[in-house]
Amino acid sequence: MVFLIQQTMLYAVPLMIVALAGVCAERSGIINLALEGIMIFGAFVGVLFIRTMQENNLFGQESGQLLMILALLTASICGAIFSLLLAFSAINLKADQTIGGTALNMLSPAIVLFFINIIAQQNALMMAKGGAASWFMIKPSTFGLPNDHSWGAFIDLFINKVYLATYICMIVFVIVSIILYKTRFGLRLRSCGENPHASDSLGINVYKMRYAGVTLSGFLAGMGGFTFALTTSNCSSTGQVAGYGFLALAVMIFGNWTPLNIAVGGILFGLFKCIAATYATLDINGDGVCLLAEIGISSYVYRLLPYLITLIILAFTSKNSRVPKAEGIPYDKGAR
Amino acid sequence: MLRLDSETGKAKWYKNEGTKSIASALVSILIGMCVGMIIIILVGLAKPEISTKGIMEGIKIVFLGVFSTGRAAGAVTFGFNPVNIGNMLFRGTPLIMAGLSVAVAFKTGLFNIGAAGQYLMGTMGTISVALTLGNSGIPSFIVWILAFTAGVVLGALWGCIPGAFKAFLNINEVITCIMTNWIAANLVTWFFDINDQFKNGADGGKVGYTIPLSNVDVVTPRMGMDVIFKGSQANGGIIIAIIIAIVVYIVMSKTTFGYELKACGSNMHATKYAGINSKRNQILSMAIAGGLAAAGASLYWLSGNTEFFWSTYQTLPADGFNGIPVALLAANHPIGVILSGLFMAMLNIAGLQLKTLTAYNEYIADIIIAVIVYLSAFSMFFKEIMNGRKHKKGGKI
Repeated sequence: MVFLIQQTMLYAVPLMIVALAGVCAERSGIINLALEGIMIFGAFVGVLFIRTMQENNLFGQESGQLLMILALLTASICGAIFSLLLAFSAINLKADQTIGGTALNMLSPAIVLFFINIIAQQNALMMAKGGAASWFMIKPSTFGLPNDHSWGAFIDLFINKVYLATYICMIVFVIVSIILYKTRFGLRLRSCGENPHASDSLGINVYKMRYAGVTLSGFLAGMGGFTFALTTSNCSSTGQVAGYGFLALAVMIFGNWTPLNIAVGGILFGLFKCIAATYATLDINGDGVCLLAEIGISSYVYRLLPYLITLIILAFTSKNSRVPKAEGIPYDKGAR
Repeated sequence: MLRLDSETGKAKWYKNEGTKSIASALVSILIGMCVGMIIIILVGLAKPEISTKGIMEGIKIVFLGVFSTGRAAGAVTFGFNPVNIGNMLFRGTPLIMAGLSVAVAFKTGLFNIGAAGQYLMGTMGTISVALTLGNSGIPSFIVWILAFTAGVVLGALWGCIPGAFKAFLNINEVITCIMTNWIAANLVTWFFDINDQFKNGADGGKVGYTIPLSNVDVVTPRMGMDVIFKGSQANGGIIIAIIIAIVVYIVMSKTTFGYELKACGSNMHATKYAGINSKRNQILSMAIAGGLAAAGASLYWLSGNTEFFWSTYQTLPADGFNGIPVALLAANHPIGVILSGLFMAMLNIAGLQLKTLTAYNEYIADIIIAVIVYLSAFSMFFKEIMNGRKHKKGGKI
């Protein structure tokens, strides 16, 4: 059970944060299809940062957490910079946002794989030494205790064999949700996605707000991308994130563009992902029986369920969807 | 605004919409190539093991990839290379079909980002039918037709889903296309996972591939392509693709049905007022788009010597997404799609040459393609410049 919850958390948290990234952009009126691309870019930058620091011996294994936090920050900032490409074409040049996003989704894996091949002569960029578990995972030895130490089941759940990045993402998720829904800035940003002309008439700079939304979106997606690479693929970058960016879009739609529902959606879809990855050996209540494996539903069913559920939800909620009204429409001052 | 020539009363050729589309496509291509060139130069300067000569060779291959004939006496040589050109035609076939798929949907006002999923469904239909019926005594050209049809029908049905969502529930087709893409990826992997008879178990070390269709002798006729382009993979598929493109062109611009589709793309409300069934047309357009993308997949696998990597649930086929730049470059014109599809294939081949002949790798071609898509997103902007409209000073664009 502990294993299942921890694993689900690993899959769910990147989904939540990237889905929130989608909300930031869409609430300001820009469709961000490039989430997948930004995640891939963020993962690459983070891994490259760690690799470079290790090669130059700037950080030892004992300061692994600090290195991880710096890498997370670098990945986020680079994600934000990368997303400016989308913002520029969508806001300044009034280009089609869907095509712009698709372009970024194609550009990111191409650039990343090109440089990975130049740097590592193969299709995957790894850490220079050690692995994610030995460097960045929180375990009893992090606190100077022997590795078989146990704090009891409940505390183990939260601090044994987990990653700090997961918690940072959770905190950022809460902070950004509060910014979006409880501050003046958030209200202004959201107004630009609903009725930009009204916002403009009240003295809000729609272009600036949309830039802010997309940049924030890129920041969160880069963070989610690196967290995903760190926690689920042993801190390596392979030019893909297994369709997570698109799954995050599904979570965003499932969550009806609101943070609380997104958290629920993220956990639900994360659970499906986790079941699909581990179902053959998953023993939920610890009695030695692998229940799901005995039911015998293929793991691909769990993998496609999130998309299917999203389609069905779309079909039933199309009438009262909370989709931002002005999303996808370039803002033209003269059209008022 | 159309400016008329004062003497003839006709529009000047350089003010023509078509000319502008071609010009903006060429500008996109040029800028894309330049970005690729700059990356090659920068990487070459940063890496000490790449000499100036290496950089020059890299640039040359990006521009003239299909004409490279390998290395002789330490230098990259160029000339007519039938293998490369034949392979370009072979790689171009699915790209042309995917481009047609995206273009037809665009004409009806729909953005078919789901070509990847339709391509996968076509793959599943074609490979399973061909491998099942291939050894059953039915003449192989009939099996070929059945396999091709099965692929196209499956792809068309798959394309209907986003179309129906759009028509009846008014849900943005981009979202439904993305969802159906990933559902298709998992469905296809599941299908091949539980059907062991399609897996290639004969070649050790090749886990996860299907049996090539040449094993059951269901292969597209070469139609003389193997004589012209000796040693390449070119076959009759490219001729079929070109014929389909011409048919699409005729249907879209010379028939009532095509006119109705285009009318739906330009003004939905006007078509309703004119008595055109816009819902039916949206679904039909997506079905045709799905069928075309799937046909590309069918032609690719029916070439015989290709093996499908079926465990594809984490990645979508690039050919589906590359249909978008093909259609954008061609400004959705079916005949233009043939040219832009071949151009994309040429970039692909250039990328492969780059990998075998220099220290660079094939992903530079993908970067160039992505830059071209990014630029074509603001083709409106280029056209505005060409129309001579100056930007207001101080004002935001």
